[in-house]
Amino acid sequence: MGNAMSLKNKVAIVGVGESDIGKVPSMSGLGLNAQAAKRALDDAGLKVSDIDGLLTAYSFTEPYTMLGSSLCEYLGLQPIVCASMVAGGASPGIMLRHAAQTVALGLADTVLVCAGENRATGLGRDAAVAVLAQVGHPQFEQLYGGLIPGYYAMIARRHMYEYGTTREQLAAVAVNTRAHALLHPNAHMKTPITVEQVLSSKPIADPLRMLDCCLVSDSAGAFIVTSAERALDLRHAPAYLLGIGEKHTHEHLMCAPSLSDFGATQSGRIAYEMAGVGPADIDVAELYDCFTIVPIIELEELGFVPHGDGGAFFEAGHARIGGKLPINTHGGMLSHAHAGAAGGLFGIVEAVRQLRGGEGERQVRGAKLALVHNEGGILSSHCTLILSNQKG
Amino acid sequence: MQMSLPQPEPNADSLPYWQAAREGRLLVRRCTACGERHFMPRHLCPSCWSDRLEWVESEGTGRVESYSIVHRAPTAAFAAVAPYVIALIDLDEGPRVFANVVGDDAFEVAIGDRVRVTFEDRGNGAMIPQFARVKR
Repeated sequence: MGNAMSLKNKVAIVGVGESDIGKVPSMSGLGLNAQAAKRALDDAGLKVSDIDGLLTAYSFTEPYTMLGSSLCEYLGLQPIVCASMVAGGASPGIMLRHAAQTVALGLADTVLVCAGENRATGLGRDAAVAVLAQVGHPQFEQLYGGLIPGYYAMIARRHMYEYGTTREQLAAVAVNTRAHALLHPNAHMKTPITVEQVLSSKPIADPLRMLDCCLVSDSAGAFIVTSAERALDLRHAPAYLLGIGEKHTHEHLMCAPSLSDFGATQSGRIAYEMAGVGPADIDVAELYDCFTIVPIIELEELGFVPHGDGGAFFEAGHARIGGKLPINTHGGMLSHAHAGAAGGLFGIVEAVRQLRGGEGERQVRGAKLALVHNEGGILSSHCTLILSNQKG
Repeated sequence: MQMSLPQPEPNADSLPYWQAAREGRLLVRRCTACGERHFMPRHLCPSCWSDRLEWVESEGTGRVESYSIVHRAPTAAFAAVAPYVIALIDLDEGPRVFANVVGDDAFEVAIGDRVRVTFEDRGNGAMIPQFARVKR
């Protein structure tokens, strides 16, 4: 890492917003982004003219080549900083890092980060599965009927083989997040599920079944980053960025250096080091959960439990609100919402809300330190970030 | 109506690989500087960045590192042949490849299984490497 200037305590997230979530046929993809952005701006108590930077990710339903410029145009913004960043599910964390650098260096004062799309009504499930299969290598994976759930299924199968992780433990992850989603007023899914229902849901790619897979939602999320000084004058208590780290190891699973060691270990280590905290200090974790195996692996790699113990942690109920480490308190991508880069972005939104307090039944009491992990590709790109309601 | 499965679309990096496949040969890239073999052909060695690479023929034997039986195919063409097995296979020479496990015992596949390359006809002379379990 060299002698990089630390981003610790330099910036804060001061506003968060979610669009309407679920099937929202009355809104376009850019419209959902606009709704989330407006809600984040109102949440912060800022004016449109305060925004001088915008970062967004990518969209399958609004495939503008220059999505950042297109979104600025739609929003009527003429910022001095703008980019679209494409690192799959890791994009939101990476956008936060770039926003933090931008603000810390004084290149812009207030950066709006937003992402999402109308994946449910603009694509539909069949088209979404087909489009997402194009993430596979065109010559060496797509040719063989490769698909995203299939790649994650091979990772799950390997984890079961190496550590004895069980089908029931994978199901426990889905049940855990669904229970949390029921406490969230804006979550896509509104009915409880049981382990038995997960195990008897439609087979997708063995060992993964339908309820092991994330949702296809219409949704967008947004957050606003400004300097720690400026943050003190705004509506809500700031969520300070204490640490952030990335690691990138591959894009296609066939080229991954390992099928059981991924980049979360190192992205987490960088974030912990910058923040000056360790896993035992974290009060709440929002872990990327495109498939049930993923938060199990992240829990292990981020040092919360030894390798192989992640499944048992979920099965024992330790990830519930009120448990040892509440995980995905909003319901995650399995039950709250998933649409492109919005999925991981909602983890950041939820972490900020948990740090402010006041989330009622969903509130993790006394939460001071929140960890968010985003990953993109097939556990290819990782970003870990640590937020707190106090400077570290 | 029978939808046809896709054919390879070679590029400058992969043309020799796909030409050899048409003749029933499995090639991998070998770096003449550091000796590392890699799959997914590239312009330079991903280990040492030497651009002095050669094509070498693989014995075509390897071991299943992981697999999945796919029930929900990504496209109509693959839906017509589902369920099918996808797998990551470590060739005995080192490189990891992705393919289907084929054959009448494909669904009995397990991690650690020995497999051997076989070639599947995708039409118009296009042959693609696949793997079958080695019977004991």
